[in-house]
Amino acid sequence: MRELRQNGFAHLVLLVGIGILLFPLYMAFIGSTHDAATIGRGRLPLTPGSHMVENYLQAWNYGTGERVAGTPVRIMMANSLAMALAIAVGKIVVSVLAAYAVVFFRFPGRTFFFWLIFLTLMLPLEVRIIPSYKVASDLGLLDSFAGLILPLLVSATGTLLFRQVFLTVPRELLDAAKIDGAGPLRILVSVIVPLSRPSLAALFVILFVYGWNQYLWPLLITTDPKMNTIVIGIVKMLGTSEAMMDWNLVMATTVMALGVPVAVVLLLQRWLVKGLVETEK
Amino acid sequence: MTGSPVFKNKLLPYLLVAPQIAVTGVFFVWPAAQAIQQAVLRSDPFGLRTRFVGLENFKVLFSDPYYLGAIRLSFLFAAAVTLVALSVALLLAVMAHRPLRGARVYKTLLIWPYALAPAMAAVLWLFLFQPSIGIVARALQGVGIAWNYTLDGGQAFFLVVLASVWKLVSYNFIFFLAGLQAIPKSLLEAARVDGASSRRVFWSVVFPLLTPTTFFLLVMNTVYAFIDTFGVIDALTKGGPGKATETMVYKLFVDGYKNFQINSSAAQSVVLMALVILLTAVQFRFIERRVHYA
Repeated sequence: MRELRQNGFAHLVLLVGIGILLFPLYMAFIGSTHDAATIGRGRLPLTPGSHMVENYLQAWNYGTGERVAGTPVRIMMANSLAMALAIAVGKIVVSVLAAYAVVFFRFPGRTFFFWLIFLTLMLPLEVRIIPSYKVASDLGLLDSFAGLILPLLVSATGTLLFRQVFLTVPRELLDAAKIDGAGPLRILVSVIVPLSRPSLAALFVILFVYGWNQYLWPLLITTDPKMNTIVIGIVKMLGTSEAMMDWNLVMATTVMALGVPVAVVLLLQRWLVKGLVETEK
Repeated sequence: MTGSPVFKNKLLPYLLVAPQIAVTGVFFVWPAAQAIQQAVLRSDPFGLRTRFVGLENFKVLFSDPYYLGAIRLSFLFAAAVTLVALSVALLLAVMAHRPLRGARVYKTLLIWPYALAPAMAAVLWLFLFQPSIGIVARALQGVGIAWNYTLDGGQAFFLVVLASVWKLVSYNFIFFLAGLQAIPKSLLEAARVDGASSRRVFWSVVFPLLTPTTFFLLVMNTVYAFIDTFGVIDALTKGGPGKATETMVYKLFVDGYKNFQINSSAAQSVVLMALVILLTAVQFRFIERRVHYA
């Protein structure tokens, strides 16, 4: 009986928690299905309206309404997707190579390189943002994809994670591959990478979300609206966030912008949890 | 890996680390060095003459009431965000850890906000709390609360804390749940057989065993509150009204990018770098201890 009551309490707490998490998302969806005037009057109903299809088409194709000038969602989505994929794949490649060198080779400067990588773990881009901006500008990287992506490839998390994974690869396996005549690169591609697949998947989810959600760096580095990522685009649409603006389009854009990373997280949930908990170690 | 290396190539390891080192050098070491250099220099407003001033920029910074205000605000903000996000996530994790019907669905529905950018969390809450169209704002006004976060600093602070916490809870939930799952069931059974109430079991057995997770999250949440909440503040309040939500990172951005105070913002960068390094160092010391004694 006591057990039953406690479970009832647990259900209640979880439902309230989930409700609070979902409520803003639900209202954003509701906002994306009404017209701007309904929202602007401050009388938004709690149920979906009849303007859903036109709002989403308008945001997707033009991004601009009567009172807000934006970039079409399809362009911003493509930018965000390119950026998130390039950061995720780029970071994984860069850190797999570095971790491979640090774990399986002995060479002068190895410890120094390891500490240099380790150091980057400590300093997020935000705290050295102004000089980083100046470097990017000196290199002519403003308003370019290279400028968006390259500086964000600096992170130690991946290298440290792969180092942990590689250290668990049995030595006998590598020796056997060597006897079969495989060189270091062959072993990397055919033995190490396949063995690390779970960690690769885990890190991919984390980094994709990280890349998609970048804010301060793209805000500084891109001024051309055609280069806007979707997160930046929405905040720019908001501007001074007044009552009389095309909230319906902003909310349609928001729902689409959330959709991609949320889908990735939900589909690859198992890997995400594993990856997060493992990077802690 | 100890003992002899697996491969004996001389050049290959350098080629393998080259990409990482190149990017690190150009976009990390160089800007960090620039920040430190700029922090001890002062240029005239036209950038014509620059001279070495030692720690003068820091002295000016720490006697600037606005900067001291930003420091105080950042710590207050970090404490509020961390405390609320940790408590809520722990409560939810403990509940979701029970063998409930539908537990898997619950977990999924608690994890998804992890995917959101802080700025997106801010946009969602802005839509609810915008003084003239937000439905929560209207409801508050309906019961006689003069809700307008663009005028009231306290309300603005509340709103940025709310949006920041809301996004952070999932992250903490994932770690607390993993921590709970790692606790041996036999331990809990033993405590229960000894007649301990569930409350007692939690505070005397479960909570102490979660200490490493809690500590890790404490550090991560503090870093999040200091650094990553830039997006929340920029989307919601831009540091206002007045300076009610201007944290250290936001002030660094405003001074360096909007007001072109290069030397002051460089000094602010150095202060923040020191702070983040300190937090990371504390965390690694702790983890090392855990490895040795646990």
